[in-house]
Parts: sequence; C-alpha cells; structure tokens
Amino acid sequence: MAVTTSPSEAAAPPEESRKMLRSLKGLVCRSLRLDRGCALHTAARDGLSSVSSQDVPAERPRAVFHTSESDPAKHTEQHEARLYNIPLEEVKAVFPHGLPHRFQQQIQTFNEARVMVRKPALELLAYLRGSNFAHPAVRYVIYGERGTGKTMTLCHVLHYCSRQGWLVLHIPDAHLWVKNCKELLQSSYKKDRLDQPLQASAWLKNFKTSNERFLQEIKTQKKYMWGKQESTEEGRPLGEVVEQGLARVRSATDAVGVVLREIKQQSHRGSFRLLVAVDGVNALWGRTTLRKEDKSPVSPEELTLVHNLRKMLRNDWSGGAIVTTLSQTGSLFKPSSAYTPQELLGKEGFDALDPFVPISVPNYSPREFESCYGYYLERKWLQHEKAHTEDGKAELRFLSGSNPRQLDRLAGPL
Amino acid sequence: MLLCQTLRLFCITTAVQRKNVGASGPEKYTEAFIKKQIEEFNLGKRHLANMMGEDPETFTQEDIDRAIAYLFPSGLFNKKARPLMKPPSEVFPEQRKIQWGEDGRPFHFLFYTGKQSYYSLMHETYEKFLNVQKHQDQLIAEDLPLQKEKRNLAGSRWLTKIELEEMLLEKVSDDDYTRFIQLLQKLVALPCADIEEKYIQKFSKEVPVQLQKVVIEPLQYDERGVAFSTGEGKRKTARATAVIYDNGTGKITVNGIDILHYFPVLQDREQLLFPFQFLGRIGKHDMVCTVSGGGRSAQAGAIRLASAKALRSFVTEKEVEFMRQAGLLTVDPRVKERKKPGQEGPRRKFTWKKR
Repeated sequence: MAVTTSPSEAAAPPEESRKMLRSLKGLVCRSLRLDRGCALHTAARDGLSSVSSQDVPAERPRAVFHTSESDPAKHTEQHEARLYNIPLEEVKAVFPHGLPHRFQQQIQTFNEARVMVRKPALELLAYLRGSNFAHPAVRYVIYGERGTGKTMTLCHVLHYCSRQGWLVLHIPDAHLWVKNCKELLQSSYKKDRLDQPLQASAWLKNFKTSNERFLQEIKTQKKYMWGKQESTEEGRPLGEVVEQGLARVRSATDAVGVVLREIKQQSHRGSFRLLVAVDGVNALWGRTTLRKEDKSPVSPEELTLVHNLRKMLRNDWSGGAIVTTLSQTGSLFKPSSAYTPQELLGKEGFDALDPFVPISVPNYSPREFESCYGYYLERKWLQHEKAHTEDGKAELRFLSGSNPRQLDRLAGPL
Repeated sequence: MLLCQTLRLFCITTAVQRKNVGASGPEKYTEAFIKKQIEEFNLGKRHLANMMGEDPETFTQEDIDRAIAYLFPSGLFNKKARPLMKPPSEVFPEQRKIQWGEDGRPFHFLFYTGKQSYYSLMHETYEKFLNVQKHQDQLIAEDLPLQKEKRNLAGSRWLTKIELEEMLLEKVSDDDYTRFIQLLQKLVALPCADIEEKYIQKFSKEVPVQLQKVVIEPLQYDERGVAFSTGEGKRKTARATAVIYDNGTGKITVNGIDILHYFPVLQDREQLLFPFQFLGRIGKHDMVCTVSGGGRSAQAGAIRLASAKALRSFVTEKEVEFMRQAGLLTVDPRVKERKKPGQEGPRRKFTWKKR
C-alpha cells in the first residue's frame, strides 16, 4: 500500500457555511456550559493539532479499515466492512465502462480504487463458488433502495470473475439503450426491429477492451453476412466480428447480436465460464422514451439490442451465471419509492426473470459506516475540523441515514 | 313595548374605542340619561333571563354574554364588532360631571389651574410626604429605631400614564406624569413610608406572574420499561407530535416512513438534527412522529419544535434554559400574510402603468 501524495487536500474545497453556523451554535452552547474564553480560536487550534498528529498513528487506523487482500477470491467474512484496493491498470482493463460516475471521480481524486467488501457481495461470491456449471445458469437479482451500493456490489463480483478468468459480458446500464437515443435505424435483419448503432458500437469498444484474449479464442460457428458484400466465414475468431461492428457502424447492432449468440452457444462446452452482468435490468421490460418517425412509441421488444439481451437472460444455457441489478435511478416512468423486484420489473419482467435469487443490499451497517468514515478521514477528504470529532461523526451518520450515496454527497463539500 | 326597548338596548355597541377622558365632544351624557340606561339594562337582563328560562335573580354577566352569543350568532372576526350587552358603566365612558354649580362658581378650589385633579393629587401626595418626614423626625427625636422594611419593588409597577388619566378623568402630559412618579418614588424611598402604605398601593400594580413557568412533564414508561416522552409542535399550518424513546440508536420515523425517504432534502434533516445535536444526544434516542399539514419546511420545523419539547423531560433544567435561549422551544409566529384588496399579494402592488 504505497502512501500516495495525491492533491486530495486541494481537490476538496472547504465549503462550510451551513456547518459553520451550526458549529457556532454548538460552540456557544459549549462555552456556556464549560467556560468563557475565545472558544472559536481554541477549536481551530485543536483542529490543526489533530490533523498534524494524525500522521503519527496513521498506520494503526489504516489497518482497521483496509485489507491488503486485493483478490476477491480470498475475501471472507473476516474482510467484511473493509476496503480493498484494485490496482489502477486492472481498473482500466476490467472496468472500461461500468463504474458509477462518482466512484470514477473518487478514483481520480484519491489516485486509488478502494472498494468496500460487504455482505451481499460475499454472499454472491459464495453462491458463485458453489454453483454447478453443468446446470442452467442461475440468475441473481441485486435490489435495494437508492444509493445503497448495488452497482458497486456488481463491480466487486465482476472483478472476482475476471480474476478467475471468466468471460465477462457487462452491460453497464441497460437504461442507456432505451432512452436518449439519437439514431434509430431500421434493422436489415428483421423488418420490424430498430437498430441503435451508436450505443452498440460504444458497447463493442468497451467489450473489446475487457475481454481481449477471449476474442481470439472463440471461433464463429456460422457464416454471417453483413450486407451484400462483407461476410465473416465460419471458424474466424470473434474479434473479427467485433472489428466489423466497429468499422461498419451500421451493422454494429447485428454484430452485437452475433457476439451474444456465439458466446451463449459455446458456453456450455466448458472452455470458459460466462458471466452476464446487467446493470439496470428493469429497463429491458419497462417502457422506452424513444419514438419512431411517425411519433409512435417504441416498445422494448422492437429494439434489437434489447431483444438479443433478453434472449441472453433466459436460463436456457449453462456454464455460467447471470448477475443483474435493479436500478430506479435511471428508470423511466417508475415512482422514486419503488425498489423491489416486483415493482421495478413489472409483471412481464418478473415472469421473464423468474426464478431468480434475490440479493438485497441494505444501507451501511454501523461497522461499515465507521470504516467508510475512517477512510474519508484518512484520505483527508473531510477537511472541516468538526468532522474529525465524535459529534461530527454522529451528525454525518444522522444526516446521511447511513446511506452510502448520501454520505458521499455530504462528505463532498466538507 | 318592552321588547322594543330591550331591542334598542341590545343594538348598542361600543362605538367609542378609546376611553374618551375629559372629551368635551358632542357625546355628553347627562346623569339622568345614565340612570335611565342602568334601569333599562337591569330590565333587559330580567327579560333575557326569562327568555332563556333561567332565574332572573341569579343571572350573571357571563350568562348574559352566552345568551347574546346564542341569540345573535355572528361570524364577524373582530370581537368588539359583535353584539354585546354590558352594564352602562362599561359601555359609556366615565365622564366628568359639570364642575360648577348653578351660580357659575366652580366646586374645586384648583379649577382655574386647568388641571384640577392632577394638581390636587400632587398636593395630596406632597402632604403625605411631609407627614412621613414629620413622623421620621419624631422617631429620631425619641431615639426609636426607624422601621426598615423594604417594600418589594420587584413585583410591582407604577400606574401607566393612561391608567392615571383614567383615574383622574383628565388629560395628563408626559412631564406631569414623570413628576408624579418621581414624587411617589421619593415618598417610597423614605424609611417610614409604611405609614402611607395604603395610599401608595392605590398607585401601584402587581406585575403578572412570569409566564415562563411552564410545567415539564415527567418521563413515562411503556410496557418494555423504556422511558419515553411526547411533545407537540406547530409551524405555519403544520402540526406535529413526537414521541421520543430512550436507549435508542438514532432511528427516526415520520408517519411510518424513514426520514431519509420522507425528507429527501438535506435542509429538513438538519432541522430535525438540531435539538439532538444541541444537547449532544444524537445517537441516543429513537423518535416516532406524526405530522400533517403545511409544506416540507413547515413540517420539518413543526417536528423540530415537538422533539425539543419532548426532550425537555430527559434533560436538566439548566439545559432547558439553554434550549429556550437558543430558540428551540419558541413557536415560530410567522404565518402567511393576508392578501390585501387593491394589491396583487400581501406586499406586491399591481404593475404601475403610466397611462
């Protein structure tokens, strides 16, 4: 664990107007209770001294919140509520797309990627380790309230699988495919379907980065025609199909379809394990905000990408697992209080995904909260002198409700 | 016949708002007139008692008020505008009777000073003052100890200028009033002023008891043996009740919903946090509240007041005083201001067009 000299101090602007008001009130109360004197100055001096003395016992607290075990395969209950480090090169290789935006900013600020080991992730890893790959793929649905860490759990599992050498099919956010699409082409393959070239090509690019070696190993089993002239022969590596999709943006969606089909057919052979990771799976069965040229709404089945992905999510193949996350944040036409699979998937989606193993992700437990708070303190992310005190911690816990996203947003301006 | 007379009496309202002391305006009531009013009032009272089926002998003023409110229900907001039936002494302001006799000669010797009552009062008070001094000299001459019982000035105040005017039935200027009060204070400062205690008491009033003495309820215990206390609060149109339990983890539920979901805005949660943070008891209590009415900010303020009131039972008196000074226990009196006619809102006027 190299001690990094990151510009984290400069990166966090101490905006403390509201907190200062409250701290002044608290100070007034304390000066009434304890003694007179310039309480403000003493508090500032105490704050400074505590910051400087923090470097000395830096080693001991660090050991409590962090674990040096950076291989998710070895994570057990011992490592629960601790943060483990992912080397930055691995981050670029394994997660070209898929990490939450705020987490990416945090990686840039702190110059390291630290993920907390939490119970739901450990549960999932245990299931994956113990699953029999001859049986049809088991579906796991991670659900929970907003901002509790579902996507991070998914990324943790992804890291584990990529370390283990699985082929990872990661769709970072299925909502991106059903909204804000600029171009919709009519599919050449099936007349009534619509293509999305931009999204498909973006996804293919990221897929290529994360699964380089598999693309050389897997061979096509059929001849595919791209338009009138181009075609891919049987037995060519899948990398060629991806190249084709990237080169010819018009046929990118079909390329995606081909890739998915090939992978699914070959997974049961056992040469590789397949992990299908979809974030925001409820997008596939909801409504879209896209419209056709005659202003009629598009239903998800009419989108090729969605159609192929749905085929992928059926458990008629073996040799891998399907891990999905529900997400309310990007979802369309769903109330913000909905978080259960029933509400977010709707009847159609629920029936399609049934049977699945639900995994719920709750807010931080007290231990997890302590460790997250300790991490922010140690990285000097919390600059406010009141944030170092026990009271400040209690305040943060109260105001964030132990919700990871709220805590992250609260700690930002401090 | 009698009914018309009683009706005439009922319709009289207090047109005169301020006590018109010494006004030589158009409304000069003669003594005979006042006497007739008193008779009519008593008669009307007996008729009213008969009408309501009560005993005319034991018909008090409160019964009269209730009967009038029942017979003439009024939706007017101003209480003084509603129909009332009061004894004429309250309805017609006290006025000075004619100060001179039939031959034109005034009765009082100070009439030509213009402020006869005031000067006679000063004269009397100075007389008492000299009295006390004489008594003091006597005691000193006899070598007797002077009585040194200090009057409790803290719980009493002098009459205000308006009250003095009412007493004297004539206008008193500011300077005159100050001079009178100074004289009274000099009188009271003398050691033997107890002799004239009765006279002084005519001009002093008890200060009302401190309204700060609010009873703090003791803690109650529920079935599990956990101590809890309740509090109510309001802000604008929101009304909230809070129940705070001891030995808690800092969990707060509003109308059955967690506060993170009920108050997604940070500002509202900070308002809820304030009483606990002030007392340093953030993670120690659980709270269950119900709130209705108002908007998001008003509900947050109402819950804050309710929780502060409930926390009083858990905390020492000194801390209650601190809370009161911090403004946690005061009801916020700000409500939406009324829209006025001729304006677009409470303050905003219509767009001014030059033509």
